[in-house]
Amino acid sequence: MTFIEFLKTYGPQLANGSVTTVMQTLLAAGLAILIALIAGLMRLSHSRLIYGAATVYIEVFRGTSLLVQLYWIFFVLPLFGLSLEKFTAGFIAVGMNLGAYGAELVRGGILSVPKGQWEAATALSMSPAKMMRRIIFPQAFLNMLPPWGNLLIELLKGTALVALISVADLMFVARKINGVTYLSAQAFGTALIIYYLMSRGLITPFMRWLEGVMTRKLGKA
Amino acid sequence: MFDWRWEFVGDILPRLLKATGNTLLAALLGYGIAVVLGLILALAQRTHYPLLNRTVREFVEFIRSTPLVLQIFFVFYVGPQFGIMLSPWTAGMIAIGLHYASYLSEVYRAGIDSVPMGQWEAATSLSLSAARTYSRIIIPQAIPTAFAGMGNYLVGIFKDTPMLSVIGVAELMHTANAIGSEHYRFLEPYTLVGLIFLAISLPTAGALRKAEGKIRENMGLR
Amino acid sequence: MRPPTGDYPLRLEDEHIPMVRFQNVTKRYGDLVVLDSLDLDVEEGEMVTIIGPSGSGKTTVLRMLMALEMIDDGVIYLEGEPMTHMVKNGTLIRADKKYLRRQRLNIGMCFQHFNLFPHMTALENCIEAPIQVLGLSKTEAVERARDLLDMVGLLEKSDEHPSRLSGGQKQRVAIARSLAMRPKVMLFDEVTSALDPEVIGEVTQVIRKLVDKHNLTMLMVTHQMGFAREISDRVCFFYDGKIEEQGAPEQLFENPERERTQQFLSAVLEAT
Repeated sequence: MTFIEFLKTYGPQLANGSVTTVMQTLLAAGLAILIALIAGLMRLSHSRLIYGAATVYIEVFRGTSLLVQLYWIFFVLPLFGLSLEKFTAGFIAVGMNLGAYGAELVRGGILSVPKGQWEAATALSMSPAKMMRRIIFPQAFLNMLPPWGNLLIELLKGTALVALISVADLMFVARKINGVTYLSAQAFGTALIIYYLMSRGLITPFMRWLEGVMTRKLGKA
Repeated sequence: MFDWRWEFVGDILPRLLKATGNTLLAALLGYGIAVVLGLILALAQRTHYPLLNRTVREFVEFIRSTPLVLQIFFVFYVGPQFGIMLSPWTAGMIAIGLHYASYLSEVYRAGIDSVPMGQWEAATSLSLSAARTYSRIIIPQAIPTAFAGMGNYLVGIFKDTPMLSVIGVAELMHTANAIGSEHYRFLEPYTLVGLIFLAISLPTAGALRKAEGKIRENMGLR
Repeated sequence: MRPPTGDYPLRLEDEHIPMVRFQNVTKRYGDLVVLDSLDLDVEEGEMVTIIGPSGSGKTTVLRMLMALEMIDDGVIYLEGEPMTHMVKNGTLIRADKKYLRRQRLNIGMCFQHFNLFPHMTALENCIEAPIQVLGLSKTEAVERARDLLDMVGLLEKSDEHPSRLSGGQKQRVAIARSLAMRPKVMLFDEVTSALDPEVIGEVTQVIRKLVDKHNLTMLMVTHQMGFAREISDRVCFFYDGKIEEQGAPEQLFENPERERTQQFLSAVLEAT
């Protein structure tokens, strides 16, 4: 079987798997961004309780493996009465894990805004909420974009693990094809290339574009 | 519903702790490979052969952009297709070592790049040889920056070892899966695995942070 | 949150009330005493300049008045009302954030490094707080901002972002931004120290205009002795967190009484 034949035969399956991977990535990214914003802001709180809660969350999710978290959410949570469908369990695990890493980026991004900006806003009597929303966050956002690009690639890679709880993503399809054909180089190799194209062909250019837009918008160009 | 059995924990804990040894071994072996190979990948990108630079650069990018678990499968299954049989351990160490070598090569590069241009110029103005410039001026200043990244990836490789379970390396996750399917109980094994990971990675990360501070202090930076 | 030690009035009720009063104000960073029981009154419309060696607490005076940091002892009054504290149940307690925000409305501050908001144009910098804090309509705020940008000579730069402006231009926008809040007191914290020598003039020109045409109360920290001398009603020489000597500029610059003042002035003159 030539590689062309291989693609002709298994292309549709691989395409389906890729769509699932993209869906997992988008949903997990949405969740990760939400969690990162909340936990990141909580980490800047003066309240010990709020700060502590966010710290525990971040340390637990960064201190253990994504795979362990995924299995725990899928196999153990049902024992607590919370059964998640495998597709849902997949992106929730990935989103919660990467959200913990993202929280530190949010915190770091906000702290990277120079002290003078906070002081100038204070001197203008701005309320903390307005200060954060109108002065600090727009600047923090731009600072955060490059590391978020890397984080989203990690997130895409992380979604490959959902195959292990039988979500039919790209990784899952590649394994299935390998099991049927024993054409390992073709099956796994093609999947690797598709992941690479998603990372460097979609995520990286998108983040660059976003950075360019924000830079122009913030007048730094 | 919530049914935590301590005696079951007592039964399986020795098995899990034994597997922890394998997990640590896998992490350290993989890291050892990554540290050396990473240096080679980093230096290869600083040579004056554009083709070599470019190839290595693309290779590193490729490895960093694709899932480790897929790379593990690839290494493990592609060998036999061409008549090379690799044991799970060998395949796993190659895959994880190579994956983290790519990350570490970036850490080394960033470390070297973090040394200000003026340091190179000062070394040049003092007519120091290239070897001496690297060994006495650049590398010592690159270490504090690189150390933080190297530490992060040491903890990172440790946390990625559960992926080796997919090809049958008998580390923690693999053992927990086995226990789970033998006893039809997943609560204790998976929770214990999580706790063991926390118990190792949190103190290690803390110790590394402290060590990093010490290094900076000792070098009179900061 | 301990109350200030000693007797402090809940508000100043003398016949004559200064615009700003520092009463027994102390500020420490750890063991380091930056302001040591400072007493200082600034009258309405007065231009007071603070000079002194670095580390003498000059800038701290302004930062304490703007309540960017909290004082450790004493009380600062603004128009007779406590600024750092507020009255509750007949005693003075530490001002809360809301009270501080309201009191800060009376004060404008310009910083050494401008601290313009980089993601906003010059005009947007000047209308941000008037709209968001004072609740002005956009039309009103823009009109006010354009007048001020015109006054500082930068109307044509209204739509530029700070990254496109020179240091002198940035500082002039910063002055306009502060004035847009219509403060009663303006603070200038080494506003020319970060500037290239050739653009210092355009900033001092604006400050001079303010002194001539507006009845603003101003406190200025500067290293420019010539400018201080020309423009101030009073000059305070700070040393070690205290006012070592103060007086009219001619007197302080020409006949300083204290030895430290003489040493400082001769050292500074030597350098220029």
